[in-house]
Amino acid sequence: MTEERVDKAETLGGSLISNGVSRRTFLKFCSTVASAMALPPAAAKAMAEKLSQATRQSVIWLSFQECTGCTESITRSHKPTLESLIFDFISLDYHHTLQAASGDAAEHAREEAQKKHKGKYILIVDGAIPVKDGGVYSTIAGITNLQMLQDVAKDAMAIVSVGTCAAYGGLPKANPNPTGAVAVSDIVKDKPIINIPGCPPIPVVMTGVLAHVLTFGIPELDSHGRPMAFFGDSIHDRCYRRPFYDKGQFAKGFDDEGARKGWCLFEVGCKGPTTHNACATVKWNNGTSFPIQSGHGCIGCSEPDFWDAGSFYKPLSTGSMNMEGWATGALAAGAAVGVASGLLNSNTKSKAEAKHEPVTLEDMGAKNE
Amino acid sequence: MNEVELLNWARGPGLAYATVFMVFGLTLRVLEILSLGRPKEYAKVRSSGVKEGFRTIIRRNLPEKHCWKYITATYIFHVGLFVVIFFFIPHTQLFKDVFGVFWDGWPNYIIDFFTILSIATMMYVLIQRRVNPARRILSRPSDYFVWLVTFLPLVTGYMAFHRIGPDYTLMLAMHILSVELLMVMLPVTKLVHAVTFAMARYYNGSNAGRKGVKV
Amino acid sequence: MTTSLEQGINTLKRVIDAPIASYFSSCTGCGICSSACIFFTETGDPKYTPIRRVEPMRRIWEQEYTVIGKLKKLIGLAKEVTEQDLKDNVELAFESCTTCGRCSMVCPIGNDIVYMIRRMREGLTAAGLAPKELQAAAVRTMETGSVMGFPMKTLEAMVKAAEEETGIEINIDKPDVDYLLLLSSAEVMQFNEIISSLAKIFKEAGVTWTFSSKAHEAGNPGMHMGASEIEAMMINRIVEAAEELNIKKVISPECGHAYMAIRWEGPNVIGRPYPFEVYHIIEVLDELRAQGKLHTRASSGTVPMTFHDPCQAARRGGVNEPQRNLLNMMSSNFKEMNDSMACNWCCGGGGGMNTIEKAEPLVRKVFHRKRQQIEELDVNIVVTMCATCRNTLEEGVEDNGMDVTVLGLTEVVANHLLKENES
Repeated sequence: MTEERVDKAETLGGSLISNGVSRRTFLKFCSTVASAMALPPAAAKAMAEKLSQATRQSVIWLSFQECTGCTESITRSHKPTLESLIFDFISLDYHHTLQAASGDAAEHAREEAQKKHKGKYILIVDGAIPVKDGGVYSTIAGITNLQMLQDVAKDAMAIVSVGTCAAYGGLPKANPNPTGAVAVSDIVKDKPIINIPGCPPIPVVMTGVLAHVLTFGIPELDSHGRPMAFFGDSIHDRCYRRPFYDKGQFAKGFDDEGARKGWCLFEVGCKGPTTHNACATVKWNNGTSFPIQSGHGCIGCSEPDFWDAGSFYKPLSTGSMNMEGWATGALAAGAAVGVASGLLNSNTKSKAEAKHEPVTLEDMGAKNE
Repeated sequence: MNEVELLNWARGPGLAYATVFMVFGLTLRVLEILSLGRPKEYAKVRSSGVKEGFRTIIRRNLPEKHCWKYITATYIFHVGLFVVIFFFIPHTQLFKDVFGVFWDGWPNYIIDFFTILSIATMMYVLIQRRVNPARRILSRPSDYFVWLVTFLPLVTGYMAFHRIGPDYTLMLAMHILSVELLMVMLPVTKLVHAVTFAMARYYNGSNAGRKGVKV
Repeated sequence: MTTSLEQGINTLKRVIDAPIASYFSSCTGCGICSSACIFFTETGDPKYTPIRRVEPMRRIWEQEYTVIGKLKKLIGLAKEVTEQDLKDNVELAFESCTTCGRCSMVCPIGNDIVYMIRRMREGLTAAGLAPKELQAAAVRTMETGSVMGFPMKTLEAMVKAAEEETGIEINIDKPDVDYLLLLSSAEVMQFNEIISSLAKIFKEAGVTWTFSSKAHEAGNPGMHMGASEIEAMMINRIVEAAEELNIKKVISPECGHAYMAIRWEGPNVIGRPYPFEVYHIIEVLDELRAQGKLHTRASSGTVPMTFHDPCQAARRGGVNEPQRNLLNMMSSNFKEMNDSMACNWCCGGGGGMNTIEKAEPLVRKVFHRKRQQIEELDVNIVVTMCATCRNTLEEGVEDNGMDVTVLGLTEVVANHLLKENES
């Protein structure tokens, strides 16, 4: 897809205009994304420039062990949103929930795109990949998720793991993980992977990252493969209820005085301190609110293994396991060994008693020169 | 293992193993002591000594007046440690979760104050271990290890709370892990005094109480 | 038996009990016990840190009575107690410790350190390492009935003299009386005026009493050594005497360790309760005072005096109030020492130390603390109720050229008795 072959209608700028998207709306999108990613103001313009010059990027979207929540998040709005504009920038060549085609035709479209855009398409994955028993626990058109991922990833330019399942294994991987679910990054090792975790991820985070990839390439990632721009801070660091935490004012239930006053939700289990995401700044539903604002603690859904990190309603400073049985067992074992050791001690003592010979006056004489 | 897995391990299995070891070890230690028995008292006692034994457990919380100059730093450190362990709000949540009893924690600035106080006095106490002749002659290598094991949770806790260090999740994991190390070391080192002090005081107080002396 | 390293170690194993195990478990090595010990405070030598005096015992406890210690032993990390260890310990357990127990008062963890030192001595004695002076004293006591070797004949002569002086009949071996009176060697040797004093006091109070020819002294070197069988033999003499004479109250003399032995340790070393009760002479006098049977006059003028609480009677024995009641009755200018009662500083000569020749320089040196305590008060009279303390104080006073008179409390009470024509 070299520049000279691209005519005006094929560029994004052209296609937007033909789709009735005003330049104003387009610029607004760019500045929204740029500000959400904390890019400098000039970047919005650069992004708009680049986007309007770019051709539509081929994208293959694979859904594996997932709940379609991620797709819902990015598409489902009551009215068209800025975020949905992203679908105008990309050529979504395969997405079995969204595409009209089905059956052989659908799979054919995927194979076509793979061939046509070899080495240039972006692969988006939502859902974890079951690998146990050869991956038989989830198949599409008779192909296991594992096979399909390996096949499609081979010629992808980059991979975006959308949602916690694709990024970290998520719910399918949660204990006891019956299907042997793993994350994309556990299978694909030789391609750049961007993780956009969340259950689901924030729409603007997904579109923002995609826009960034389309314009400036792969953004700066943290140690978990997450774009720093959205996942650099913890929820706690950015939470508007943080001052209450610092002052030690906590809601102790969901219906008490503290809850009504909007105090910190740490004691009712908020995982904000260890959760990295943009909820507290970008918020949800066009910036309307986010869980903590609506009175529920953060459950830490954008962190690896969040489902196995103990109850959502137990404070972060408590253990994640119920240890009553363990402790009782330890007490019993300690008592048993203690009694055994005590018996040995009594035995040692009575042996010493038996061996004891009284100290008598003769002993005094012996040493008494 | 990344920091999230580390934290999850620390809050889950790590805490469970440490608790099991600590409960097991402490039970064993206490029973070991009790198994040695106490000689029968044939003398006509002035009191049974039971009340005085319990009284000494409380009374020894205040040092004898001459000892302040040797004990002030250690004393402050123990008070600080006590406050930090039992009154930092997240910690009260842990105790509520484990024991089902709840008391109000103290504001963070007070906890901060006591943390810094404890860290500072602990460093002073370490120096004293080298400088004070009696303390020095009694010191064994394990004493320095025990000091470190006690010091780490304070420092990591402080760092985690103030977001010092590479990453909060990692610091929190380090903090919890250091506490777990402390828990494991509790029954196998002289840290066991955190529990057996009550027995020692009781025996001393009750032996003296039988003779009509308050110690 | 023949004393040996084996018997010594065996004894240490035998005497370790739950309190000792709790003390060793709890010790953090803070060294604060040193601040309570005159042998450290007056010399500055950390080897005298009290808890160090029982180190061999600690090792035996750890190796024999803890799972951790046994594991350490298994992998070769434990250091076994050798004969040399015990020999080295004699200096710390016998020659620089009066077992005064002040360390037990300050230990923040609550350890009764001297409880352990006493048991440590037991082990050393079983290993044949008891100081020869104490061994000799034990032999003397069993042979003559007196720590210093004054036989009953000596006491009989003194009794006769006292009878002549006071005109009061003094009983020997009289059954069914109220009290059996025991003396200390020091009283027989140096302060025998106590006999006539007590004869007068008891006569006036209408109390009947007697000496026993079977047991006239309460001193017990067996206790100092921790030779509990020898201690028991000495106790048994007294018990038998009291039982034979059918006496229900036995009086321990002004002697701290004797009081400890006869009052507190006696029943335990003989393994049965007494059929009688034991009182310190000062407790008896205070009881007479409370009953209004002690008629004394107040001290003429306001001569300031202070009281030295003997460790074994006050701190370790629980006699703290009676001496104050008596002194306040007689003196309007009784001054408390800065540290008194259960927290008093040791005289430095008890626990057998002032009989041990090697320890003499140390005893003299550590008297400095007592000197300070007395000089702070600006008094010329120091009263006490222990013959050993009294000896040590007198020697210390003389040694340091202090203008101080040391008195026994019984003697002070006797001196303040109203003359017949005064009442």
